Amino acid sequence: MAERFTLRVNGREQEVVAEPATPLLYILRNDLGLKGTRFGCGTGQCGACTVLFDGNAVQSCDTPLWSAIGHELTTIEGLGSTEHPHALQRAFIDEQAAQCGYCIDGVIMSAAALLAKNPQPTKQEIAAALERNLCRCGTHVRVLRAIERAAKEMR
Amino acid sequence: MSAPELPLSLRTTPRLERWLRFNADGTVTAFSGKVELGQGIVTAIAQIAAEELGLEPAQLSMVAGDTTASPDEWYTAGSQSVEVGGTAMRLVCAEVRELFLAAAARELEVSPADLRLRAGNFEVPGTDLKRSYWQLADKVSLAREVTGRAQPVPPAQHRLVGSSTPRRDIPAKVSGAAYVHDMTLPGMVYARVVRPPRYGAKLVALDQAALRAAPGVLAVVRSGNFLAVATEREEQAVQALAIAQRAAQWDAPPMREPAETVPFLMGLPAQTSTVYSKAGPAAGGVRRFEAVYSKPYLAHASIGPSCALAAPEGARLRIWSHTQGPHMLRAQIAKALGAPESDVDVIHRDGAGCYGHNGADDVALDAALVARACGRPVMLQWTREDELAWSPFGSAMAVKIAAEVDAGGSVVGWRHELWSHTHIKRPGRGEGINLLAAWHMDPPAPEPPARDMPLPAGGGDRNAVALYDFPNQEVVYHFLPQMPLRVSALRTLGAYANVFAIESMMDEIAAALGIDPVEYRLRHLKDERAKAVVRAAADAAGWTPGARADGASGRGIAFARYKNLSAYCAVVVEVELVEKLRIKRAVAAVDAGQVVNPDGLRNQIEGGIVQAASWTLKEQVRWTRDGITSRTWEDYPILKFDETPEIEVVLIDRPEEPSLGTGECAAGPTAGAIANALHHALGVRARHLPLSPERIAAAMD
Repeated sequence: MAERFTLRVNGREQEVVAEPATPLLYILRNDLGLKGTRFGCGTGQCGACTVLFDGNAVQSCDTPLWSAIGHELTTIEGLGSTEHPHALQRAFIDEQAAQCGYCIDGVIMSAAALLAKNPQPTKQEIAAALERNLCRCGTHVRVLRAIERAAKEMR
Repeated sequence: MSAPELPLSLRTTPRLERWLRFNADGTVTAFSGKVELGQGIVTAIAQIAAEELGLEPAQLSMVAGDTTASPDEWYTAGSQSVEVGGTAMRLVCAEVRELFLAAAARELEVSPADLRLRAGNFEVPGTDLKRSYWQLADKVSLAREVTGRAQPVPPAQHRLVGSSTPRRDIPAKVSGAAYVHDMTLPGMVYARVVRPPRYGAKLVALDQAALRAAPGVLAVVRSGNFLAVATEREEQAVQALAIAQRAAQWDAPPMREPAETVPFLMGLPAQTSTVYSKAGPAAGGVRRFEAVYSKPYLAHASIGPSCALAAPEGARLRIWSHTQGPHMLRAQIAKALGAPESDVDVIHRDGAGCYGHNGADDVALDAALVARACGRPVMLQWTREDELAWSPFGSAMAVKIAAEVDAGGSVVGWRHELWSHTHIKRPGRGEGINLLAAWHMDPPAPEPPARDMPLPAGGGDRNAVALYDFPNQEVVYHFLPQMPLRVSALRTLGAYANVFAIESMMDEIAAALGIDPVEYRLRHLKDERAKAVVRAAADAAGWTPGARADGASGRGIAFARYKNLSAYCAVVVEVELVEKLRIKRAVAAVDAGQVVNPDGLRNQIEGGIVQAASWTLKEQVRWTRDGITSRTWEDYPILKFDETPEIEVVLIDRPEEPSLGTGECAAGPTAGAIANALHHALGVRARHLPLSPERIAAAMD
């Protein structure tokens, strides 16, 4: 049965009515219109749906709605916008670190979780933080460079 | 002056007004049939248009791949978009500029030569006199055909072409909604297609009641063996799909028994023809080399499963799609629905990278069928399993090369035999319909017979003709019309396997003769531009002839000119073997003629190297008699971030030479260079892809 929930997303309380087991991904995308969180596999293997869950990178496609209640969620839209980009988004634009870009918002969220805990990561640490993100276009080199650049700018 | 040969795009759509529109707000809209696939083409074509029209980039907007507005430019494929679409746009814009220049000169009573064009204004320098495109717009008619006679801006005067203009689409893509997947329409519902276990299945029983009783189900759409479910909310569609898997019973013939690639392909009936033959003086070889190479079926494996939005509007149907060929898709969907083409609009919206013919077109017909049945806008996205198991694959290939070498060490005879299915089964080529749902519907549409693309561009035989100057060379194509797996275009078509085989064999011969592989290639190349990229890659990589490997790491080189017509590319790879094969570094040198956007080109080369490294080290479609088994990222792993090599790209810019397509040029050389580096490191020759730990271990035995 659908129930009423209050979620805290991008610093705001948001009411949604849905089944408690609904994957968070669909709530974010379709109920809250936060489309930067993307469907890639539905089983947490590709990272296109990565969001911050109390500051940790979590795959929203296999996170049920009920488990997010009382926690702080951040999506790419909560990091910044085209008008006011976050340092990570700016670095990805400056490095032109995208081809199709479908995986990139999830990659940026994994990077945001990393940089919050480790402001000076090595390249190996960055790559390890992207363990659950896949990119098919082969933008790997630029992605790693953009995250290094953002780390520098955020310090 | 006689009329020059116009690019295909302009022969199809010669009217100037179809390409450009001057808007009242002081902007220009350029219409292109070449669509954004993540390769940066919309930015590159905008650079060309703004260059020729003398506009600032911000004054120009692009509409790409919209059947209601854009010219039909066939597919965005084959590394042809700058070569063909860019050239068309350049000729149109140059001609329009000249028409306006003449009008401005008349109005200002000066000679055209006295005018300077800046930000859309024709100015008389040193005065206040000027006229803009927009002031002149009602005096210049674009209702005329392009002649192709206008003189484009000379390369030496380029302001925008040749500069690394940032991509127009990236800011939105790193900030939220940006794809067809992200669209919303009022009253929109969600749908999924219920798939059978394998190809050729018949839906023999369906518990409609169970399916209709699932939460949120609005419609169960069935036509023959096509089955889909539409729901109010997206998660309900996912749930309904799970219920449908139990509610539907299928009857399907088993798949062909899998086997190693070479016996599998050679066991299929073949249509054999000699597709290239060059006979010079009698060979007189003293040593003979022969080897067989192979690559398995590969998946496009897009990160974002294919998606489309279809909205019925009365009798009409409007479809938003990440197709590579909106006009082709419109025609095929109209045919499948039995509707006139004028009742179907296909509007391109960006999607995840496709790398060739994936599920993008199929899902558009899926969505169209459900939208027609529901009477509401339908958002339909494939599942991960659909994308990996039901979109077309790149054909597996086997290549057998026999070479004869004379006493001086030169190749004097070269025979390249290949076994392959077609590499082009896109919708819109030939009769019938090439869309998955069309084969499942009642009545089913006939599947067009398989044909491949002929040389010089080639399909399975793309790049099968070695660019080396061999006095005798022959290419024999064993075309395999029976396709146990669904196949179509995957980035590079046959070039990946053919270049891998040719470049491996060149290396095998050089190693056997004790000649440096760079030197051996240069010795056989006549084309100076080819030699230049081989030298540039070797130099940038710090290639030392005769360098000994240490038993764990090594380096290799490979070269090709894509299609023997497009960009030249040489790649040097350094590998190391510590438990598994790892690519430490890749250095590419590329000659693509005039470069429109150097950073965009580098991005394509880097991506091509990483993707080809992934194919070469890891990828293989797997199946059993029960169906495709590589359906998730666990079963179909791709190269990860912690496996990223360092990459360096050297561009040889030739502004006076025509632009050459580059999107696919790096893949074949990367595969060859990896295998050659592995051989340099360990002395083992791995001829069958992927170079998995098991394969390498087998080659070492």
